[in-house]
Amino acid sequence: MKFAVIVFPGSNCDVDMYHAIKDELGEEVEYVWHDTENLDQYDGILLPGGFSYGDYLRTGAIARFSKVMQEVVKAANTGKPVLGVCNGFQILLESGLLPGAMRRNESLKFICRPTQLKVVNNETMFSSVYGDGERIQIPIAHGEGNYYCDEETLEKLKANNQIVFTYENNPNGSLENIAGIINEQGNVLGMMPHPERAVEKILGGADGLKLFQSIVKQWREANVVKA
Amino acid sequence: MFKVKVYVTLRESVLDPQGAAVTHSLQSLSYHEVTDVRIGKYMELTIEKSDRDVEEVVKEVCDRLLANPVIEDYRYEIEEAMAK
Repeated sequence: MKFAVIVFPGSNCDVDMYHAIKDELGEEVEYVWHDTENLDQYDGILLPGGFSYGDYLRTGAIARFSKVMQEVVKAANTGKPVLGVCNGFQILLESGLLPGAMRRNESLKFICRPTQLKVVNNETMFSSVYGDGERIQIPIAHGEGNYYCDEETLEKLKANNQIVFTYENNPNGSLENIAGIINEQGNVLGMMPHPERAVEKILGGADGLKLFQSIVKQWREANVVKA
Repeated sequence: MFKVKVYVTLRESVLDPQGAAVTHSLQSLSYHEVTDVRIGKYMELTIEKSDRDVEEVVKEVCDRLLANPVIEDYRYEIEEAMAK
């Protein structure tokens, strides 16, 4: 499986993402600059964390209009897995690929520490290797991870099982302890915690690896086991 | 040429953590009459005359980029200005 790590000016978790895919997951991966106009050759799209365009105006607001995002939307519409982590999640919200918006953390502080998450939905292409309700430890690092959506949207998220990860101890004020959500079609996931920073023991844990393994498992079942 | 002032604020229904912190700070300075602070953004746009209606352009840029309708409201003032 071949992944693209999209790099915007100000991305800073792109190298971590690349390392997680190449060295720990053992799949193909390439960096893709934000002005790229074709993503056809990639099977999965990864939007890494960071501070794209300096977080000017709003987090993700400017990255959302970069050339590559039209291609990301296209890839999402064709059913390819699209994962946005941290700033990548913020970009997915701004682009409308996922519903809702991010507010400043309730404490107004940038929070960087491990968090305990609950896998609320393990029937997605991003979470199938986890157990139902499994508790995992993944670090967060953000100043604006306080998820918000209106009541109507929240009801829809719940009804469609689109909430994939929740915080065990809400660090940022996020609505309903939401840490990660998926789109209705089930192929676009946004999450504030950083699974790419939890892929080997030396980093303090490898709970994030199963997320990437889930993506590969689904892809192999759909594309390789055809015989 | 037009000078346009755009004000973007968080919607009433959305908690403003910065505003809440400033409210507390003012109250600790004994300004008890200040009961609420909402923090927003102020932007100045210079827009050249074109065949499009300026208000239409302003609304469009606010909806598409300057404000996020999920959590923010905006208002604007349009002033016709002489080019320097």
